[in-house]
Amino acid sequence: MIDSNQLFTLINITVMTVVAWLIPLQFIPVFIWLERKGSAIIQDRIGPNRAEIMGFRLFGMIHNFADVVKLLMKENIVPAHVNRFYFILAPFWSMAVSLLPLLVIPLAAPISWGEHTIHFQAADLGVGILFILSITSMGVFGVMLAGWSSNNKFSLLGGIRSSAQMISYELSMGLAVVGLLMVYQDVKLSSIVETQGRLLTAWGHTLPLPNWGIFLQPVGFLLFLVASFAETNRNPFDLAEGESELVAGYHVEYSSVKFALFFMAEYSNMVVAAFVISTLFFGGYQVPFVSTAALTQNPKLALGLLCGLVALLKGTAGFIFLKGAKQQKHLYTGVKKNEPFIWSGLCFAVALAALVFLAVGLSVDFAPGVTAVLTALLQLLCLSLKVLFFCWLFVWVRWTMPRFRYDQLMKLGWKVMLPLALLNLLVTGVIVLSQK
Amino acid sequence: MRVVQRPGMKNSEKIYVVEVVKGLALTIGHVLHNLFQPKDMPVVSFPEEHKALPPATRGRHRLMKREDESPRCTACMLCATACPAECIHIKAAESPDPDVEKLPEKFDIDMLRCVYCGFCVEACPLDAIRMDIPDVAVADYTRESLVYHKEFLMNHDNKDVVPDYNPPRPVLWTHGPHAKP
Repeated sequence: MIDSNQLFTLINITVMTVVAWLIPLQFIPVFIWLERKGSAIIQDRIGPNRAEIMGFRLFGMIHNFADVVKLLMKENIVPAHVNRFYFILAPFWSMAVSLLPLLVIPLAAPISWGEHTIHFQAADLGVGILFILSITSMGVFGVMLAGWSSNNKFSLLGGIRSSAQMISYELSMGLAVVGLLMVYQDVKLSSIVETQGRLLTAWGHTLPLPNWGIFLQPVGFLLFLVASFAETNRNPFDLAEGESELVAGYHVEYSSVKFALFFMAEYSNMVVAAFVISTLFFGGYQVPFVSTAALTQNPKLALGLLCGLVALLKGTAGFIFLKGAKQQKHLYTGVKKNEPFIWSGLCFAVALAALVFLAVGLSVDFAPGVTAVLTALLQLLCLSLKVLFFCWLFVWVRWTMPRFRYDQLMKLGWKVMLPLALLNLLVTGVIVLSQK
Repeated sequence: MRVVQRPGMKNSEKIYVVEVVKGLALTIGHVLHNLFQPKDMPVVSFPEEHKALPPATRGRHRLMKREDESPRCTACMLCATACPAECIHIKAAESPDPDVEKLPEKFDIDMLRCVYCGFCVEACPLDAIRMDIPDVAVADYTRESLVYHKEFLMNHDNKDVVPDYNPPRPVLWTHGPHAKP
């Protein structure tokens, strides 16, 4: 028989597993929208704004629905010349592997619920970061299987390039993480994030900086960032699908849902990379300068930060929507004309509501349970903001940089990043030992 | 023989990081400017608004008219001969005017074949065909509707599209109904 404590843990883990699987799936459409709209704005364009449902266009979000309908309606072709089993396995493998790593990422500090503790992490594995590294390195099999089983020289070239690139950069990625682990002295992600909630201490002096990985390991961060761009096959390292050379790389022969799975896996990988970067180097769910203990002891602080952040974000969004709506209003009539104004108004309303909520909340005392929930919400918001920033960074870099040539890619990976990672290890070791 | 040395990368460029940051700063500048000042974006939302085309735009064809609304064209076939796409189909008929020999009974332009080269306009000695209607998005649903007939090509007010823009055009006595040199 299981007692109530075990039952509680079981339910907690089940819910968090589902959440951890849903997060990347929810991020994918947002990310694709961010990619399209972001690229447009970088290039001084307006971007997708034509697909509509009853005149509502959601700033181009409806294009995602159109994509889904299109991809589901297409014929699901399996060409006659392919290796059928691996051909069908490859997209599912890519997608499944890309959804796994979020299981071990803590989304907020654990909160106590009576005698129980709610963990916002599906599995706090002892191997932690090593689990993520091993799972993401399995992702290369999807690309390799697709490239090889398609029985097409472009696919094969794309698959070879991609697997060579991923294996080369995995090395410097792993070494960059080793430097971080030397500093934190732990591989468990929950304790890594907890450590980052403190202030930076060097040789007995406390500095006015959070104890984040980026301040402890700036070179390691740069290496990890570049390697994660390469790992996710993202520009400037997207040689696997250099369309000018390889048509589309490893997924030339795929259509319909199987293509959609590859596409989604690519974006899901980037979401995971954004989560890992924010967790390892940017304090995970930690609010900078404000520790979890400070938040649970001062509910007013937590409420103030939460409502203030929401009001700030929504106010900015409302302002931007209003500007866009004014620019476009002479073009349209009816719903199309009024829709951006409606969204802008809603954003301002939410911002105002947050401020009112803050004003009311400051005059009321909170129960400990409410405080814990507030803290968890604030930390979730903080993590999402960090993740969104890194999602934007992926888009931003893609529409800024040209693609590397293959020899430049290999040179950078083996002759620059690997020695740099080793040197970083050496320097880190010396500094860590000198502090003992 | 002169050997041209290709400019290599400077040391600061070889480590990429500085140049990458410069590039990112450039693009984020565009993003922030476009988000908060969207009016500055050089975008024309095409079907809803049209760009002002330059006066010399080579657009859709039209057949010019005399003062009595009859076509200036005398069915001399020079445009149909000059046309590299062979998209002009003319059938001549006897002109009622004793001073003019022929007029086109049929004057069809197949817009699906037209390559907008403007040779017909160059060839015409009577300024009877012009390509000055600023419509650059010729599209329709059937092949038949994209073959323009004489009536459609002459359905205009016979004025210059851009009043202040006067390219050199042949001015000949045949423009009026009974004008003599």
